[in-house]
Amino acid sequence: MDMTPPDKKMKLVMVGNGMAGVRALEELLKLAPDMYDVTVFGAEPHPNYNRILLSPVLAGEQTVDDIVLNPLDWYSENNITLHVGKKVVKIDRTHREVETSDGMRVGYDRLLLATGSNPFILPVQGADLPGVISFRDIADVDAMVQASSQYQHAVVIGGGLLGLEAANGLMKRGMQVSVVHIGPWLMERQLDEPAARLLQKSLEEKGMKFLLQKQTAELVRGESGRVCAIKFKDGDSAPADLVVMAVGIRPNTELAESSGLHCNRGVVVSDTMQTFDPRIYSVGECAAHRGIAYGLVAPLFEQAKVAANHLAQHGISRYQGSVTSTKLKVTGIDLFSAGNFGGGGQTEDIVLSDPVGGVYKKLVLQDNKLVGACLYGDTVDSAWYFQLLREGRNIADIRDHLMFGQSNLGDSGHAGQNKAAAMTDEMEVCGCNGVCKGTIVKAIKEKGLFTLDDVKKHTKAASSCGSCSGLVEQILSSTLGGDYSATPAVKPVCGCTERTHDEVRAAIRDHKLLSIPDTMKFLEWRTPDGCATCRPALNYYLISTWPGEARDDAQSRFVNERVHANIQKDGTYSVVPRMWGGTTNASELRRIADVADKYAVPMIRVTGGQRIDLFGIKKEDLPGVWADLDMPSGHAYGKALRTVKTCIGSEFCRFGTQNSTQMGIDLEKAFWKMWAPHKVKFAVSGCPRNCAEAAIKDVGIIGVDSGWEIYVGGNGGIKTEVAEFLVKVKTAEEVLEYSGAFIQVYREEARYLDRTVHWMQRVGMDYIKKRVLEDEAGRKALYQRLLYALSVEKDPWAERVKDGVAKHEFEVFSV
Amino acid sequence: MSNWIKIAPLSEFPQQGARVVRHDGKDIAVFRNAGDGVFAMNDKCPHKGGPLSQGIVSGNTVTCPLHGMNICFDDGKALAPDEGCVGTYPVKVEEGVVFLQI
Ligand code: SRM
Ligand SMILES: Cc1cc2nc3c(=O)[nH]c(=O)nc-3n(C[C@H](O)[C@H](O)[C@H](O)COP(=O)(O)OP(=O)(O)OC[C@H]3O[C@@H](n4cnc5c(N)ncnc54)[C@H](O)[C@@H]3O)c2cc1C
Ligand code: SF4
Ligand code: FES
Repeated sequence: MDMTPPDKKMKLVMVGNGMAGVRALEELLKLAPDMYDVTVFGAEPHPNYNRILLSPVLAGEQTVDDIVLNPLDWYSENNITLHVGKKVVKIDRTHREVETSDGMRVGYDRLLLATGSNPFILPVQGADLPGVISFRDIADVDAMVQASSQYQHAVVIGGGLLGLEAANGLMKRGMQVSVVHIGPWLMERQLDEPAARLLQKSLEEKGMKFLLQKQTAELVRGESGRVCAIKFKDGDSAPADLVVMAVGIRPNTELAESSGLHCNRGVVVSDTMQTFDPRIYSVGECAAHRGIAYGLVAPLFEQAKVAANHLAQHGISRYQGSVTSTKLKVTGIDLFSAGNFGGGGQTEDIVLSDPVGGVYKKLVLQDNKLVGACLYGDTVDSAWYFQLLREGRNIADIRDHLMFGQSNLGDSGHAGQNKAAAMTDEMEVCGCNGVCKGTIVKAIKEKGLFTLDDVKKHTKAASSCGSCSGLVEQILSSTLGGDYSATPAVKPVCGCTERTHDEVRAAIRDHKLLSIPDTMKFLEWRTPDGCATCRPALNYYLISTWPGEARDDAQSRFVNERVHANIQKDGTYSVVPRMWGGTTNASELRRIADVADKYAVPMIRVTGGQRIDLFGIKKEDLPGVWADLDMPSGHAYGKALRTVKTCIGSEFCRFGTQNSTQMGIDLEKAFWKMWAPHKVKFAVSGCPRNCAEAAIKDVGIIGVDSGWEIYVGGNGGIKTEVAEFLVKVKTAEEVLEYSGAFIQVYREEARYLDRTVHWMQRVGMDYIKKRVLEDEAGRKALYQRLLYALSVEKDPWAERVKDGVAKHEFEVFSV
Repeated sequence: MSNWIKIAPLSEFPQQGARVVRHDGKDIAVFRNAGDGVFAMNDKCPHKGGPLSQGIVSGNTVTCPLHGMNICFDDGKALAPDEGCVGTYPVKVEEGVVFLQI
């Protein structure tokens, strides 16, 4: 007698135990772990493995065990019923059942087809002979390894990515390898001719032979019954004990077609990855989305995420297609291509060619945007180019430097000056968290990581200041090939939502949302109350869009902004009072000295921002310290106006043309208490000698004899960026108005945690000029909105000292 | 042993926030989440000792203010892929007052 209660879970069946399908299950388990009873059928006798890494396995650089992504334990731990070595041959859509070749039937409520592709086999005589294989799965690799130990001559048909990786592996296994290719040059779908010639040359130097523009006529049967030679249409022939066909793949739609699902070069799916039968989903190489079936994992993983989202009934995410890029996984060869690298039509090319040095780079531009790139020999900047391409960023302002790479834009700072491939395992990649290259490579291989986010989470590399992100992306692509790291161009705010920063901002503005819970409800947040990433962003968007009306939620602010001091590694705080424009006086200094004595302040420092910092203050003492100092908050802890650095200027300096100190004081007094997407720093110098370093500030002002020059978008931090000239004005009032208007556009439109430079790189200087210079009424309105927003802010220290705001923050319960 | 210590009315604890209870020279973080669940654990992150009471509270987790590890209230464990665990304490709310068992 069966006493178990009827099972209320829905049944999900997945056909195809490969990379895309299993990724969809992983995503689904994250979102709705208990929603489905899951059954998986895989035709191969293996758990899910990293197909991409078959190339290094063939080359003897890794083993089959190394590349397993989900061991059998993973399936059992997640209560997934796995049938390996079982092929599904029929879908009975009326009864909602699938049937395997050995007659097993399993019912489903939802079905996920992830059957991948089949290698295309040339329809020539002898194609079915022993010794003729393709390069798709572990069985193929086993067959190649086996053949390499017995035979001499290998022929690879197809000079594309897969063919060259097969040829390279077989060569490493000691075979003599010829690559037969019908096209005029190798990898014509990924490379233009000059790059392909360089590639061919270096592969030839490694010992590979090429038979270009040859068409296969027949594979010849030898005495043993095994293939022994290849014949071409032009009458030539070559010996062949092993023939690997790598001439392309075809979406595996056999099962879908036989069950009457609409297919057209793939199983046709909607933006939610549903087939024409809405109970049936499809992801991976078998699926055709908007007419495209992708053959690289990055887009497939995006599809997997969307399908999982829909299966979990969140139903908010859509797949919109992907831009892909290519890398060849042959050790010692650096090659990258993406987008429309061929050029033609309305495009322009920038080319750098050094055939002797083995370097070739071609960038294809259209309408001031990068639309394609093809790099050979030096791919250090591939991640950067790929990002520019996906984001469609306007490159007019950096066009003359574009070819020379990211590190030549502002040639200092810590970002991206290293070359991943040239680094040894012991070399440090992430300076913040002390993570070496070897650790990252190991994590990628052992834990099956594919994206920058994965690496951040598992190794902590690139998770702090982020300046090594580009380097980590390079390591990802050189370890895995392909475009694993390709994060979508427009990212959601965090894992709690599918919405992008811009979408959230627009919703808050257009629907007058005034609190975080309202915003989350309106935008269907996945989590009940967000996380430490989205809440601070939402809070900023609310208060900057609706100053004085939206609720400023202290609990959604990072500790520093909640407590109005900087937390230190030991849990104490630092206190930095305002010293307007870097000026102070005897009575302030005396009070600072008294506070230092009274609270036994362990360290006093003059900061890099021209003011004084008291370190090591206990949280309970903060209100007392503020009261005794009787100076306003310096906001050294906030995404807010920090310092206005000044030089001495015309009052004392023999070169001074303007009173820069007073200008700085005026600016600081006008704009302090200003919250922003990130911190904002100003500086004012009295002459072009620029002692206040105005050229590396968010807003830098330089006095000249005839007025003031305003520069914007500088940054002296992680990656030094020189500010760009915006305008020259005559009066101090104009300095306030123009710089205030600039900052207000930034406050209203930048994404949370963008410094001014990051935002400007996205929107372009022309846009800034249009808003701030060309539109006078608009500028004045911007400036007024800024002044209004500032008028509702109070000095947070005074509020806490005098009005007892947030008392609970500073008192402990002693029991 | 096992006696409940009265701390303070629930209203003294900010929603999505925490208060520090100092006992015997040791700090205990007592959290109140958005659903008014109350939880207590040592105020010391398993990573480098950061004061968890100062973190951002969301759902049943707190994000450490120093390097962003997420600690789950239910068992004091760090969320994957991070590893680590902090000691938790039983808490209860009776007639609007928070009690802690130390
Ligand atoms: C105190 C000070 C160092 C000093 O003793 O001189 C300092 C200290 C910190 N800086 Fe800084 N920065 C200080 C001047 C600078 C400067 C120089 C300047 O402002 O002229 C820069 C480069 C200029 C710039 O920002 O463009 C600078 C670039 C950074 C950055 C990188 C910002 C970037 O966008 O690249 C960070 C990290 C961040 O903000 O995310 C940072 C972050 C920090 C933090 C807040 C780290 C943190 O989150 O805990 C440090 C707080 C220490 C503490 O416990 O109080 N600090 N920091 C300086 C305070 C100036 C002030 O009076 O307010
Ligand atoms: C050698 C090699 C190198 C590659 N290198 C790269 C690279 O560098 N970068 C990159 O991005 N991509 C690369 N790829 C492509 C990448 O591996 C594929 O895009 C990816 O694996 C496709 O995932 P999928 O889940 O759609 O299909 P698969 O991973 O092929 O999984 C489909 C599975 O379904 C099973 N199946 C099919 N029909 C049935 C059925 N009826 N019943 C049961 N099971 C069935 C198949 O046996 C297979 O195991 C490479 C591929 C190969 C072969
Ligand atoms: S003060 Fe600035 S540069 Fe110095 S350690 Fe802290 S963040 Fe780094
Ligand atoms: S101390 Fe908590 S994350 Fe580092």
